[in-house]
Amino acid sequence: MAAIVAAGESKFGKLDGRYAREIFADAVDEAFKDSPKVGRRDIGALFVGQMSDYYEHQGHSGPILAEWAGLENVPAFRLEGACASSGIALAAAIMAIGSGRFETVMVGGVEKMTHRTTGEVTEILSTASDFPTEQWNGLTFPGAFALVANAHMDRYGTTEEHLARVAVKNHKNGALNPKAHMAKEVTVEQVMSSRMVAQPLKLFDCSLISDGGAALILSRPRAAKKYTDTPVYIVGSGQASDTIALWEREDLTSFLACKLAAKRAYEMADVKPRDIDVAEVHDCFTIAEIVAYEDLQFCPKGEGGKLIDEGATEIHGRIPVNTSGGLKSKGHPVGATGAGQVYEMYRQLLGEAGKMQVDGAETALCHNLGGSGATCAVHILVRGD
Amino acid sequence: MSSENKTLEQFYNYISQRRLMAAKCTACNVVFMPPRGRCSKCNSSEVEWTELKGTGELQAYTVIHIAPPQFQPLAPYAVGIVKLDEGPQLFGMIKDVQHTDLRRGLRLRVNFEEQKQETWPQWPKYHFTPEK
Repeated sequence: MAAIVAAGESKFGKLDGRYAREIFADAVDEAFKDSPKVGRRDIGALFVGQMSDYYEHQGHSGPILAEWAGLENVPAFRLEGACASSGIALAAAIMAIGSGRFETVMVGGVEKMTHRTTGEVTEILSTASDFPTEQWNGLTFPGAFALVANAHMDRYGTTEEHLARVAVKNHKNGALNPKAHMAKEVTVEQVMSSRMVAQPLKLFDCSLISDGGAALILSRPRAAKKYTDTPVYIVGSGQASDTIALWEREDLTSFLACKLAAKRAYEMADVKPRDIDVAEVHDCFTIAEIVAYEDLQFCPKGEGGKLIDEGATEIHGRIPVNTSGGLKSKGHPVGATGAGQVYEMYRQLLGEAGKMQVDGAETALCHNLGGSGATCAVHILVRGD
Repeated sequence: MSSENKTLEQFYNYISQRRLMAAKCTACNVVFMPPRGRCSKCNSSEVEWTELKGTGELQAYTVIHIAPPQFQPLAPYAVGIVKLDEGPQLFGMIKDVQHTDLRRGLRLRVNFEEQKQETWPQWPKYHFTPEK
């Protein structure tokens, strides 16, 4: 498949006075520092995820990000799959390596969001939903996930406290992450009493509006040891699509694209859900993490609330999820999120995750969801010994 | 009627005539939305328009408090996914309802609005209200 030989990430947060290209350059610099044996001239192509041109009034970002990364004249592919933009950039890069065309490529993602007002960001994010029916009738992204939450609560008895506990766990983890946007703990009471956004989702059920970038260097597995003694291997890559409109779907309590992407990734990796030691999942809203537990088969359908109650997904639990703090606490610069998840799992598998470290982690999963689930990318990583 | 293009533009042309129209596959009989020229279930291109009663049951709902600038004056407003009696689902705003009365299974009816904006997209709006 492909090996990760280096990874870098900018700080996530409100990075005043810095635009996407500059934030991406920070992530790229850290990646080259991470593995000094890789040089800019080794990189054959750039695959980069960025969601929207509206934030900075800037399109055509592939060559811009290649230029600021110092990758002169390489082919630059900008991929867009809403919040899964860099998850699908990774999937494309793995195919490019597999094709034999490139030995070494860079995969990245970036978004600059915090210079816009909350209303503007809400509108820009909503462009990833169906315009003629959903946006036209006032649906927002929190609104879409609130519909999912409503359906899940109705069918499985999931409660607002379950949702709040996801936020509490992820903030507890994020407080240990030096790169996190909101590195502080919150309580169930704080989440429950925060301002209503889209019933039943409150402000602290929602991920953060953040700036950030992430960069990974991938190589053909056989070439990996040229660049690092400790590569991490991507052994499973799955991606699938679903209807753009949430309302077309018969089952609102699950994301079909996730189930299909996970099935492909598990099969390719020859790994079972119970083999996963640590995972980063797409908690754009707290309900999305509960649904991801079920769609990724970390627990039976309908028991996501029970899994969070049991503490199974805490750092020292049976299946630690979002040790980085997730989108909820680490932050959600949408285009950077998928690559940022892989950066976190790469650190975990190398045993370099500091206070977030899961002891003996050997197999990791990254789950990156686009929009209200029309795109999903799932990747499985293993430590290379 | 059934020969009209199965397009979103035509769907909204019908809405401006106060008609809620869906696509129906004559090969497998499924009724689906949004309309398109190929069946969403069996891929047949034997698709015609069919008029719906505009009534159905609420499947899932929310009340939106934080909205894009053009919708914020309406907030908090209710939206939901409605399972129409002929089978397909449709999303829309729910008006003239106490937000505390929203529940799965609530019977709703589609209503048509007159106002159109001057620039693209000049799609007329529809919304749902409780069926009396």
